[in-house]
Amino acid sequence: MIPAPFDYVAAESAPHAVDLLGSLGDDAKLLAGGHSLLPMMKLRLAAPSVLIDIGRLTELIGIRAEGDELVMGAATPHDTLATSGLARSDAPLLAHSAGLVGDPQIRHRGTIGGSLAHADPAADLPMALIALGGSVDVLGPGGTRNVAAEDFFTGFFETSLEPGELITAVRVPRRPGAAWGYQKFVRRANDWAIVGAAAIDGRIALANMGPTPLRARAAEQALADGASAAEAAELAAEGTEPGEDVHADRDYRRHLARVLTRRALEHRA
Amino acid sequence: MQVELFVNGQQRSDDVEPRLLLVHYLREVCGLRAANVGCDTTSCGACTVLLNGTSVKSCTVLTVQAAGQQVTTAEGLAADGELHPVQAAFRQEHGLQCGFCTPGMVMAAVGLLSENPHPTEAEVREGLEGNFCRCTGYHNIVRAVLAAAGTAGAAAGGTADGERAEVGA
Amino acid sequence: MSILGTRVLRTEDPRFLTSGGVYTEDVVDERLAGACHVFFVRSPVAHARIGGIDVSAALSAPGVVAAFTAADLGDLAPITPGPMFNKQMARPILAADKVRFVGDPVAIVVTEQPYQGEDAVELVDVDYDPLPAVVDLAAAASDEVLLYEEAGTNVTGTFGDSSQLDEHLFDDCEVVTTRTILNQRVAPAPMETRGAAAAWDSSGRLTAWIPNQGAQGTKSSLARLLGVPAEQVRVITPDVGGAFGAKFGADPEHALVAWVARRLGRPARWTETRYENLIAMTHGRAQQQTVTIGGRRDGTVLAYRLEIVQDAGAHVRIGAMLPFLTILMAPGPYQIPRAEAIAKSVVTTTTPMGAYRGAGRPEATAAIERAMDLFAAEIGMDPAQVRRRNLLPKFTEPHRTKFGALYDTGDYAAALDKVLAVAGYDELRREQAERRARGDTVALGIGLASYVEITGMGDGEESPPQENATVEVHPDGTATILTGTSPHGQGHATAWAMLASDELGIPVDKITLKWGDTDLIPEGGGTGGSRSLQHGGAAVQQASQELIEIARERAASELEANAADLRFDVGRSAFEVAGDPDASVPLAHLAEAERLVVRTVFTAPGATFPFGSHVAVVEVDTETGKVVLRRMVTVDDAGFVLNPLLAEGQRHGGIAQGAAQAFVEEVVYDGDGNPLTASFADYPFLSATEVPSFELADMQTLTTYNPLGVKGIGEAGSIGATPAVQNAVIDALAHFGVRHIDMPASPQRVWQALRAAKENA
Repeated sequence: MIPAPFDYVAAESAPHAVDLLGSLGDDAKLLAGGHSLLPMMKLRLAAPSVLIDIGRLTELIGIRAEGDELVMGAATPHDTLATSGLARSDAPLLAHSAGLVGDPQIRHRGTIGGSLAHADPAADLPMALIALGGSVDVLGPGGTRNVAAEDFFTGFFETSLEPGELITAVRVPRRPGAAWGYQKFVRRANDWAIVGAAAIDGRIALANMGPTPLRARAAEQALADGASAAEAAELAAEGTEPGEDVHADRDYRRHLARVLTRRALEHRA
Repeated sequence: MQVELFVNGQQRSDDVEPRLLLVHYLREVCGLRAANVGCDTTSCGACTVLLNGTSVKSCTVLTVQAAGQQVTTAEGLAADGELHPVQAAFRQEHGLQCGFCTPGMVMAAVGLLSENPHPTEAEVREGLEGNFCRCTGYHNIVRAVLAAAGTAGAAAGGTADGERAEVGA
Repeated sequence: MSILGTRVLRTEDPRFLTSGGVYTEDVVDERLAGACHVFFVRSPVAHARIGGIDVSAALSAPGVVAAFTAADLGDLAPITPGPMFNKQMARPILAADKVRFVGDPVAIVVTEQPYQGEDAVELVDVDYDPLPAVVDLAAAASDEVLLYEEAGTNVTGTFGDSSQLDEHLFDDCEVVTTRTILNQRVAPAPMETRGAAAAWDSSGRLTAWIPNQGAQGTKSSLARLLGVPAEQVRVITPDVGGAFGAKFGADPEHALVAWVARRLGRPARWTETRYENLIAMTHGRAQQQTVTIGGRRDGTVLAYRLEIVQDAGAHVRIGAMLPFLTILMAPGPYQIPRAEAIAKSVVTTTTPMGAYRGAGRPEATAAIERAMDLFAAEIGMDPAQVRRRNLLPKFTEPHRTKFGALYDTGDYAAALDKVLAVAGYDELRREQAERRARGDTVALGIGLASYVEITGMGDGEESPPQENATVEVHPDGTATILTGTSPHGQGHATAWAMLASDELGIPVDKITLKWGDTDLIPEGGGTGGSRSLQHGGAAVQQASQELIEIARERAASELEANAADLRFDVGRSAFEVAGDPDASVPLAHLAEAERLVVRTVFTAPGATFPFGSHVAVVEVDTETGKVVLRRMVTVDDAGFVLNPLLAEGQRHGGIAQGAAQAFVEEVVYDGDGNPLTASFADYPFLSATEVPSFELADMQTLTTYNPLGVKGIGEAGSIGATPAVQNAVIDALAHFGVRHIDMPASPQRVWQALRAAKENA
């Protein structure tokens, strides 16, 4: 299957991309790695009339330490993050998460900004960002702003990005040596998570337990109150709204959320 | 729109629709039909080629995204009529039956070995999770990749020494 | 030293590895210059009347050459089911008044360029008046909602009926257990989807390039669908990217591509998308089975009953008749004093069913092997012991079963013993016991399957099992073989060359195999049902031997000697006067004055019955239900192994597909008949991470039915693996009280079974 016809323009810089978004209107979409957008376009679930390519803007690619944060360009491919020595030492949960996206070919092309903007509640990076308490830098017509992960994912495949904005960078706290756990439950390799759980620093994030990645707040509270990993994990499904599909019904998803949360709290990956 | 890129070392300049997928460009415009289309959802990997030495699914890359870059297909692996070590290993180990998944599988294997020259069996299986095969049950494909690993030049065809292109990859 | 039995690398491979195979979509041919591209509009609803079809918007889209609906196809006859089925279930080649499954083709759009077709297809407006979907088999069999009103029923055919069942079958059994189990629907999903390219010449003759499993059968199907004499059709078989039973004959789409080419007076091409392939290529399996098994507490099985409801899908195709084979093989390798089996095939508003690797026989094995384990669990006996107690003893003379199958040779106990030894069965049981004692959350399961299967069947009484081969030696020392088989990954080019080389002394890489062009090879049975080596290979060997005899006469006159005094030296590929090596003449030389070519037909006395035993070892995470397949150990005995490399490859592929059905793959429909697994993202197609490397043990019990002693290996792996893996998963959880889990043993199904067992405890 192939996309409906569209026009293509390569942005020369991030501000240029913002200008183009402004002038081309709602029907224009950003293209970085294209591994969230192009599959949708090939199935004709999306049909933008213009694609603005930001995939090769070097200003949007790369990983660096900036004080107590790790800062990653939004157009950095998953694989670059997964294999980055800096990321693996200072934000291993995030690097691990990026290393589980899809398969190697997908990781060579798909970008972290693209994945976050796509906001699939079953995806790895949104869950990881929530668990880490990270944030994204957003550039728009009004300038730059930083959006915390909790405020970024607003609904099913929806983010708080305004029209004409793009993610320029992703930020996570540097936590070398902090114990972490990550559980991605799949039926078959290169699937999206049926349910996912990630835990670090007393924070627990879940994938595919609702329209957005979620914090398992009841479980977090129990932990903070001194409960064991197993006891806290019993509360993992509270406040979640899991969906049903060919892989799992709601009961099973709730059960998985509990098991995976316990394993993540036991620092298993 | 006009796009210039390198295919198996040859520079090309062609007028293409923005929506022309790289796999169709390679097959229909360049006449390189080893890469195949096996699915609609970026799942099966039959279209895998190398873009600047790293493996990508060419069904999910627009030709225009590859402008100025190096594309390597299965046809570009063998030098002077000699099979590339990965191709030779696939033959030696009977790692192909109907052959439809094979060019993509071989390119994915070349990419894998360029990043991990001595993989374990588990790493080979995970490294090929994006490439589906219906005929072989994967058994001999894994044997072929393990056999090729550690032979000189198995990872060649990618960028030198496993360094990966950062720009736009 | 004979080359037969040695590991010869495939001569096919260099081409496939460097430039790639030339599949139908890759074919470049001057006859196809200027081809237009065909696209199908398919029903998005499972069951509906068609109110109207408006193609006007599509016709004005860029590049659209034409659009057609059933109204334009007056010259094409409806497709009627085969003789054993309900004639009233005919349907037009393109849906006319009704659609009966999501994917049912409704209209055709033809474009200049391929990319334009997907754009145009979206513009065809079809008015659907929905009818209730019929997905559940019980609902379908109730005939409340009919797919074919004229038929008055959804039952398309029966194989025996319940009035024939013996109500006293289990009277003398100390223990009887019964269960209704599902052999679920799966998608063959070859990596190459369907396609076609068609061109008519000025004399009105069609040349069609179609990926298929037998060009001769495809040709006659195509001719019949098009309503033209067979001589007007030529089928050419490009490289085929896998088939697994689903590329036999011709589908409506193939005929429609040819029809478009004729109508428009220009060549036409079609390539199916994966979405179309997953909903419109025939599916496999889909039998609901009620197994009842009874016997004594000492493990002796006395009676077995199998009742089948076959989901035929929306159109009556091969799948509807497969229960015939399931019944034939129902008792498997066991000597069960009393056994009976009946079946009915029922249409539903889903994808039509066809053949899929094993075609009816995996279903038989899966049923009896599940029944054996159910019986074993009921009497508390080890499943290996139960099997051993009931297997037919070794036989070297043909053995006829109560179901009419004539098993040729078999040593089922030896296969079971061998696989248990290689797997280290006792050690595995010890490890399982230790894990249970410790209460490990990861449970170990060991599953068995013993099977026998039927290969190399003929086409019925009119058509005994046979195949033709033509072998020609050329003056330049090369040779050409024409075969009626149709390889699509099996390696016949190498294997048939080995057979000819062994007789002619010509090196394998100097022998070329041709197949799949009906002008070149008008007759042939194709490749399927694991027939090729035992018929086609035997024919090649026979033709080569006959050629040597013809050459001998020429050599005799050449050497002015008696034919009886001549010896053929295979090593030199030359005839020599016995005792006088200098008086010799090369075989190739004997082709100079006159062609040296033989066509022969090898006829087998009957079908052969390969057999084996599989052991599957799984780990089940009892917290999540996730199954990991740790080991597959198999004995697959198909007689003499001509080329171990190729035979192992066939076993690997079959084992993977068989295992995939047990715990990974399934086609799912919702209650409205919408397919939920219509992409490779949703259909859980097996990847390399779900299976381990396999452990194959060798056993060769020859048949006497052909000089090679070979049976068919192509499907055996898939037949044994499915029940072995399914049994392993259930075995892992047996100590919790789990007795059965339907396939696939997905994590959710396993978890639900565990939860139910714990609640019942």
